[in-house]
Amino acid sequence: MLSGALIVVLSFAYVGLLFAIAYWGDKRADAGRSLIANPYIYTLSLAVYCTSWTFYGSVGRAATSGIGFLPIYLGPTLMAALWWYVLLKMVRISKEHRITSIADFIASRYGKSHLLGGLVTVIAVLGIVPYIALQLKAISASFSTILQYPNSLVTDAPESLPFLQDNTFYIAMLLAAFTILFGTRHLDASERHEGLVAAIAFESIVKLVAFIAVGLFVTFGMFNGFDDLFGKAAKIPELNALLVQGGAAGNYTTWASLTVLSMLAIILLPRQFQVAVVENVDERHLNKAIWLFPLYLFAINIFVLPIAIGGMMHFPAGSVDADTFVLTLPLSEQKTWLALLAFVGGLSAATGMVIVETIALSTMVCNDLVMPILLRWKFLRLTERRDLSRLLIAIRRSAIVVVLALGYVYFYLAGEAYALVSIGLISFTAVAQFAPAMLGGLFWKGGTRLGALTGLSVGFLIWLYSLLLPSFAKSGWLPITFLTEGMLGIDLLKPQQLFGLTGLDDISHCLFWSMLANIGLYVAVSLWRRPTAAEHSQANLFVDVLRHVAAGSGPKFWRGSATVADLQTLLGRFIGPRRAAESIAAYARSQGMTGSEQLSANAVLVHYVESQIAGAIGSASARDMVASVVDEEPLALDEVMAIIDEASQALAYSRQLEQKSLELEAASKELREANQRLQELDRLKDDFISTVTHELRTPLTSIRAFSEILSDNPGLESAQRAKFLGIITRESERLTRLINQVLDLAKIESGAAEWHPGTVDMRELIDDATGALSQIYRSRGITLEVQAPAGLPTVNADRDRIMQVVLNLLSNAANFCDKDDSAVTISASCNETALRVDVTDNGIGISEADQAVVFEKFRQVSDPAAGKPKGSGLGLAISREIIQHHRGRLWVSSKRGLGSTFSFTLPLSPAPA
Amino acid sequence: MIRPTLKGQRLAALFLLGFLLFNYPLLSLFGGNTRIWGIPLIYLYIFVAWAVVIALMALVIERKEH
Repeated sequence: MLSGALIVVLSFAYVGLLFAIAYWGDKRADAGRSLIANPYIYTLSLAVYCTSWTFYGSVGRAATSGIGFLPIYLGPTLMAALWWYVLLKMVRISKEHRITSIADFIASRYGKSHLLGGLVTVIAVLGIVPYIALQLKAISASFSTILQYPNSLVTDAPESLPFLQDNTFYIAMLLAAFTILFGTRHLDASERHEGLVAAIAFESIVKLVAFIAVGLFVTFGMFNGFDDLFGKAAKIPELNALLVQGGAAGNYTTWASLTVLSMLAIILLPRQFQVAVVENVDERHLNKAIWLFPLYLFAINIFVLPIAIGGMMHFPAGSVDADTFVLTLPLSEQKTWLALLAFVGGLSAATGMVIVETIALSTMVCNDLVMPILLRWKFLRLTERRDLSRLLIAIRRSAIVVVLALGYVYFYLAGEAYALVSIGLISFTAVAQFAPAMLGGLFWKGGTRLGALTGLSVGFLIWLYSLLLPSFAKSGWLPITFLTEGMLGIDLLKPQQLFGLTGLDDISHCLFWSMLANIGLYVAVSLWRRPTAAEHSQANLFVDVLRHVAAGSGPKFWRGSATVADLQTLLGRFIGPRRAAESIAAYARSQGMTGSEQLSANAVLVHYVESQIAGAIGSASARDMVASVVDEEPLALDEVMAIIDEASQALAYSRQLEQKSLELEAASKELREANQRLQELDRLKDDFISTVTHELRTPLTSIRAFSEILSDNPGLESAQRAKFLGIITRESERLTRLINQVLDLAKIESGAAEWHPGTVDMRELIDDATGALSQIYRSRGITLEVQAPAGLPTVNADRDRIMQVVLNLLSNAANFCDKDDSAVTISASCNETALRVDVTDNGIGISEADQAVVFEKFRQVSDPAAGKPKGSGLGLAISREIIQHHRGRLWVSSKRGLGSTFSFTLPLSPAPA
Repeated sequence: MIRPTLKGQRLAALFLLGFLLFNYPLLSLFGGNTRIWGIPLIYLYIFVAWAVVIALMALVIERKEH
């Protein structure tokens, strides 16, 4: 018999060690060197699944049903294979929406419904608190076993100690303190508790090591390996029966339903949600956990059956409770230290579960039960309180104490009652009720709030009626006739043979009826009505969460107005003003701004603030709080439906893309063309400059040459000198003319030329022009004929410029006529819209190829036969610019050798200014 | 991070495999009173199948795709 003081000191020392580890973990997290940011710690924290029910209970179960304990661990193994789809989605959604509990998750999925969140919380509390009581009972039982061994081996002695002398009570108080200390250090939007997780992971190592140590001792210490152990067992008929499936292992239906039940439990138990989803540091850790976690389960289960069988062979039948074999086998062999290790292992299994489950439940109770109610009570004026963060922490802490106290009271009152010892599977069945709403909500967009609510509540009622109440009846708290005769004596209402269904064990029976009603109603009611806008919006965000990676989770459909200051104040009330300011500033920085003053309150900021608050008080309440400062305009349903209907969205998106690419194409084409034009212009400019300089050099060269002759030969004859001076003067004039023309053209082209519009009488203008040139024509012997009918209308134009054009055309005509019978005709005519002037010569004509270019600058049609043409080559270019300025047209028609006709038109209607 | 869906499908296939291995009727094939190395067949079968499923899951997860 071990000293009581030693056991007490050991257990309190162990819990103290947990404190130290959690403290260390938190310190490391604060320093930014997280202890838990790796897949191994994540996997170990998931192993909180293995409670004292595993540590002690599996052996007990194996002693009565052989391998019947295994489905509880095979189910999670199978589910782990589906984590890739299921858990990843849950983690991603929870991170995006700051979801901190399973109640919050379901409430948020169905349009942030208070009612749904509250219902889930109630079910969880009812289903889980007895489970916590079971852990306390295990601690208590292990205390008495190890203290009283070898006396009172069958632990059917009811708890006789007053609770003040009960070690379990103090352990429970310590656990409450631990949970409060490391579970509610501050209100964090993400609700992660690094120190706590580190402690839980440590506990998982302890319980695994302890259990395997005992297993090895029994198998290889007390027996000579598996062969010996099973060989000896085979000789005992009742033990041999345990080793054959289909015998005591129960039927295959039980086996299958337990597998399914544990599959659901591994993702739906509040403590599993807490460690797997809320405490997840990095979703990549999930990868390794998918196979490491099943491996853990595998390892902890190898020795369950050997210990059970070893115990049954070692102790006379019925003398020792199989649940205590893990402790009593080492004790009976005088292996005190091994027994103490096993005791600590059991303690770790129980405390780990109690801590995590309590924190998960307290978050739910605070966020989804208490806060919504408090916020609704107007007379509390909570919505006007400046700082709610202290109140929130106080509620959270009270919830922890209340949950643990409830667990202790239940354990204290229930003792050895059936209602307590069978609670493991009853708990599982309770949380399995979340499955349709949860999994349906993850993969089916059509699920509605009403569907989830009906399915969940009816499933819950069936669970209550066919599983929980019967367990009360079996404990003697309800008349047993409730079980044997049914409610009100109605046979069909027998709780465990509902509607006459027999042949199933009570768990399978309840699972069948509750799931039938739950899934059926969830689907049927969901299909009955169209989802509301809020439901549809949330459904899209949840179901498609893996699709829009990093696309931002912001609500796309939001209209309203708010100020940044309002939002910050609101946030400050829940997480404290300082953290709120930091949080808003961090958000501003993430948006690429220098500070929060640059922010504007848009939908994304409102969503950000809402999700921060959701971390503290749950999504449904957060919605209400934000709505109180944000003046939102409700969106009409059909409006939202139109926007979010996936097909139309995708279509609109692709259409947008198409349009964008067309626009892009057009723009790039324009750019290409502009570039070509620019290159062309650049080339023209180069050409122009080289031509101009060339044209300038010719007269300059001759001026310089003649000047040098004059300067070098002072004794030149006066006639010769006069001739040379004449050439110099002429060339200078030509130079001046050329420069004037270049300037003129440049002015016109750049639009800087001055225009002096006035009324022009074309007949008079032609007369003046021919008069001015008559001398030249006469001197060259060219006939000039004028055909200008009287009564031509006047046009609005710059007379001097038009004169310039006519003179240019006439002198060009004269230049190209060098035959003896040369004749030039200038004629004016008019139709309704325009006045037309033609200048026709019978000279050498212009080839078709040249016709296209004569109007270009410095394009002189040179003809080897005709010799060097006269003129600068700018006249026609200038003329065309002038005519085009007057909105007219200048063109040429010609045939080689037959002369050419230059024509221009001027519109009669006055040019618009 | 972009997740190759092939991995997810392989894991889902493993889930189906496991569900078949761990349930009726395959399970009933190993329910007899046979022993291998002195270990009851059903016990051995479940743990071997379990180990195989876990090993395959590890293979799927840890295998580097090239």
